[in-house]
Amino acid sequence: MATLNVLILVCLAYVVLLFGVAFAADRMAAAGRGAWLRSPLIYTLSLSIYCTAWTFYGAVGNAARSGLEFVTIYLGPTLVMVSWWWGLRKLVRVGRSQRVTSIADLISSRYGKSNTLAICVTILAVLGGTPYIALQLQSITLSFSIFAEADPSGLYREGSSVFWVAAGLAVFAILFGTRNLDANERHHGVVTAIALESVVKLFALLAVGAFVVWGVAGGVGPMMDRIDASEIGQWHVDAGRWTTFIFLSAAAFICLPRMFQVMVVENADEGHLRTAAWAFPLYLLLMSLFVVPIAVVGLDLMPEGSNPDLFVLTVPLSQGNDWLAMLSFIGGFSSATSMVIVTAMALSTMVSNHLVMPIWLSTQEGSGSVSGDVRNVVLMARRVSIAVIMALGFFYYRLSGGGAALASIGLVAFAGISQILPALVGGLFWRGATRTGALVGLTVGFLLWIYTLLLPGMGGTLISDSVLQNGPFAWGWLRPQALFGIEGMDPMVHTVMWSLSLNTVAFCVASLLSFPSPLERLQGAQFVNVFDHSVAPRGWTGSVAQSEDLMIMTQRILGAGPAQDFFQAEVEQQGGRSNLPEPTPAFLERLERELSGSVGAATAHAMIGQIVGGSSVSVEDLLAVADESAQMLEYSSQLEVKSAELSRTARQLREANTKLTQISEQKDSFLSQVSHELRTPMTSIRAFSEIMRDTDGLSAEEQTRYAAIIHDEALRLTRLLDDLLDLSVLESGQVSLNVGGDTLRSVLDRAVSSALAGTGQTLTVRRSKASERIPLQTDLDRLGQVFINLISNAQKYCDAEEPELTISAHDVGGQVVIDFADNGSGIPPEARSMVFEKFARVGVDKAGGAGLGLAICREIMQRLGGEITYLPGQGGAAFRVRLPLAYRQAAQ
Amino acid sequence: MSTGEDRPPSGVRPSLFLERQSYRRRRLSDAARLLPFFGAALLAIPLLWPDASGAQEGVPLSSAIFYIFACWAGLILASLVFGFAARRMAKHDDSEPETDRWPR
Amino acid sequence: MSRKVLLIEDEPNIAEAIRFLLTREGWQVQTHGEGADALQVIQGASPDLVILDVMLPGKSGMEILRDLRELEDLQGLPVLMLTARGQSRDREMAENAGVSRFMTKPFSNTEMLTAVRDLHAQATQS
Repeated sequence: MATLNVLILVCLAYVVLLFGVAFAADRMAAAGRGAWLRSPLIYTLSLSIYCTAWTFYGAVGNAARSGLEFVTIYLGPTLVMVSWWWGLRKLVRVGRSQRVTSIADLISSRYGKSNTLAICVTILAVLGGTPYIALQLQSITLSFSIFAEADPSGLYREGSSVFWVAAGLAVFAILFGTRNLDANERHHGVVTAIALESVVKLFALLAVGAFVVWGVAGGVGPMMDRIDASEIGQWHVDAGRWTTFIFLSAAAFICLPRMFQVMVVENADEGHLRTAAWAFPLYLLLMSLFVVPIAVVGLDLMPEGSNPDLFVLTVPLSQGNDWLAMLSFIGGFSSATSMVIVTAMALSTMVSNHLVMPIWLSTQEGSGSVSGDVRNVVLMARRVSIAVIMALGFFYYRLSGGGAALASIGLVAFAGISQILPALVGGLFWRGATRTGALVGLTVGFLLWIYTLLLPGMGGTLISDSVLQNGPFAWGWLRPQALFGIEGMDPMVHTVMWSLSLNTVAFCVASLLSFPSPLERLQGAQFVNVFDHSVAPRGWTGSVAQSEDLMIMTQRILGAGPAQDFFQAEVEQQGGRSNLPEPTPAFLERLERELSGSVGAATAHAMIGQIVGGSSVSVEDLLAVADESAQMLEYSSQLEVKSAELSRTARQLREANTKLTQISEQKDSFLSQVSHELRTPMTSIRAFSEIMRDTDGLSAEEQTRYAAIIHDEALRLTRLLDDLLDLSVLESGQVSLNVGGDTLRSVLDRAVSSALAGTGQTLTVRRSKASERIPLQTDLDRLGQVFINLISNAQKYCDAEEPELTISAHDVGGQVVIDFADNGSGIPPEARSMVFEKFARVGVDKAGGAGLGLAICREIMQRLGGEITYLPGQGGAAFRVRLPLAYRQAAQ
Repeated sequence: MSTGEDRPPSGVRPSLFLERQSYRRRRLSDAARLLPFFGAALLAIPLLWPDASGAQEGVPLSSAIFYIFACWAGLILASLVFGFAARRMAKHDDSEPETDRWPR
Repeated sequence: MSRKVLLIEDEPNIAEAIRFLLTREGWQVQTHGEGADALQVIQGASPDLVILDVMLPGKSGMEILRDLRELEDLQGLPVLMLTARGQSRDREMAENAGVSRFMTKPFSNTEMLTAVRDLHAQATQS
């Protein structure tokens, strides 16, 4: 017979093992190793905290009392898991994308971050959870007492053992449940320890079951016969309870704070649900596989009146199999501890977030801004909450006296926590669900639960028998266990039916009648349409994660380049230790200003507020908004670009049109000038040739004179045609230059003699031939043409008494500059800009020029890479020719 | 009931004709969705069995256990099959329905 | 009585040809080669006929004609206009300005003489 001391020793060793496992898992997770910690298997095993000591021990007891009814508690969760595709998946996605910390947080977040709702859910959860914890404590002490009865030393004292168990569990939960603050930073240590405990309790129950079937009954066949022969050997199930319990367990599976903690908050990967969808039902099946055999064997073997809830322990003990009993004890211990630890964690999060922190923050309001380390305050609040919740469970256990009333507490707690279901499911699938609806529904369901189940269940202490029998104020239709006069129902079915249906009705009606706030509607849309714009978010690590998100958001708004520049500048300003700036207030203010330039001040404020501050709108949604804004910005800038392009095109068209008009006008005017220049000499030629033909008796002088006029005008025509062709070739750029080398002096020599040949030599040309010894490399004939033109112009137009032309040349930095200045009256200033235009003639003198000479000169000089300009301030007309010493192709 | 997986990623127009692959996948997810209702119906059948409290003989508990656990195992098996099929199809096709991609 | 024609033409060779032709017809020919003061010359000379070139230095023949038609006593003066540009637009403008006859250079001598005779005949009839 195992002594109590050995039991305690084993117990302590087991607890130390759990501590070790949790510690190691935390260390591994912190070091980034241990991907298996986030495996679907661990996730599935952690879900099995659903199986508490109540189910570990109580299922057999239940089976011993009412046959297969116990299985409903497992079938409900099975159906929920099987429907994970449209149920749990959405819940998990919402929980993760909204960074939800608890079921209360989820409800509050869905209904516009209403803390009132959160407080309601928290109170409901604590009210339902405390007796449940007490139940676990009871099961541990009961199992202890079984061993203590057999222990001769009699040292066992129930009260102190419960206290130590509660204290130990509190310490464990505090140590591993409040190590870090961030909800999405998962508690690897706790989860791993729980997974281990799940394995232990399953193994223990299977071991006992196998022992019973093959060790006691002698195989499956005899076992089945024995079952059919037993007092529960026939199918006898109340239809109402069967369906109600399946439904109730399904609802509780979703709504229980501890289930929400492991299923949603601790979920590392949405894909794990796919594995858990079949693995967890399998776990439940295995857990319940041997329940009926153990119950039947227990009923056979154990003496009349022994507690069937403890058959799992007492059957092996009675058969002298102490070590199996010890294993079974450890299994039950595991069930109890894992449930208590996770429940305490989940409830403490809710209590600290929704009860303690709002109060603490309101007391801090006087100091202007929240000072000090909020993180420490939150952690302390959670630790104290865990201790308080464990104390509550402990005192509840002591006060209730650990009687049989506790046995039904499991289902009572299920019914209580299930009141959240309408608000939860409505919030996930119905956008029209409002805060008011959720509040009204919860309140109605909660009050009905207390009135019809909790108070009557406590016996005559809180509610008098007369009220139970006749209803309050003798209103029969308000009797707690027969509302509206419907009698004869099972109290549990009665409560669940009325509370949940009226809860749902109240929720729907109040939702339809009320109008949601904008935030509520936004959150509603995000919850209901969570699959439209979200990905499973990564974990968040402190402030650097904030900077990263700010960076991502900023990139989406400003574009990658500017955002990176901005952040880099901030890093340097802050001292540049990391590659992302710390989110200091100054930095955030600058960033907000930067962003408000793109999306407007209000939006920028809200966006930064959401990332840095609360999280009533998730970062993913903000990013989606930012994407849309960026798209719109991009679109509008595209429009701007397009309209700019259009106006540019229009301007170009207008310019082209103006140019065409100008060209057309120039062409008209050029043609008309060419026509004039051609017709004028032809008129003289025709007139005089007709005179000479038709007139008899012309004198010899007359004949000579008229023939000379005809000859001159013919020459003029020829010159004109030559000039026109020359100009046309020059202007079209098709001229081929004949580059040769000579000195400026000899070019000028030839030009002067050519220009003055055959004339009266009236023009005196002054030159300084020494300065003209400049070697030139250019088209010498074309240059000579320019010179001849300039000299003959001086000859023709210089109106001085003794016309003189001074030609001076200079070599100026690789260029030669030649000035031609005469001593005449020059060109009037208003005509100077015109002299190089075609057909421009200054003055009335008709010296036979067509007015193309200077235009041709300008074209030639351009081809030679130089220029010809009018040189003012020289007394008479003066032109300056400038050209490179050596003709270069590039000069063109 | 809003089911996100039928909705295409925003910004992409839903195509009228699905390829055989994605058509199969949708029907598979339909079946997966119907599974819990099917299971609930199966588990409601024992309520129609004759009750032992009456004059007639009730159904032996061993048969009841066999039926319930068979249904249960069947559900688990179906869920397992759907899970693996969904994963295989997800690997087959880039546009995995359950990991909705980032908008655009 | 002697008939007097005023020839306003800046091309000396053309002016000489016309002078030769009309002198032999018995016209007294006065020539002027500048546009700017042409109107004063016309008023001073009070000719029976004016032959006016369009392209004149200083002031175009069109403007001279327009100004001339503004003057009451010169409204009936026959004006023969010559142009070397040969564009139909010029003919329109000249007719609008009140030209008596319009000729494009180069012209034949007979053409010129016929025009002068016709214009003079019309003027003396009216």
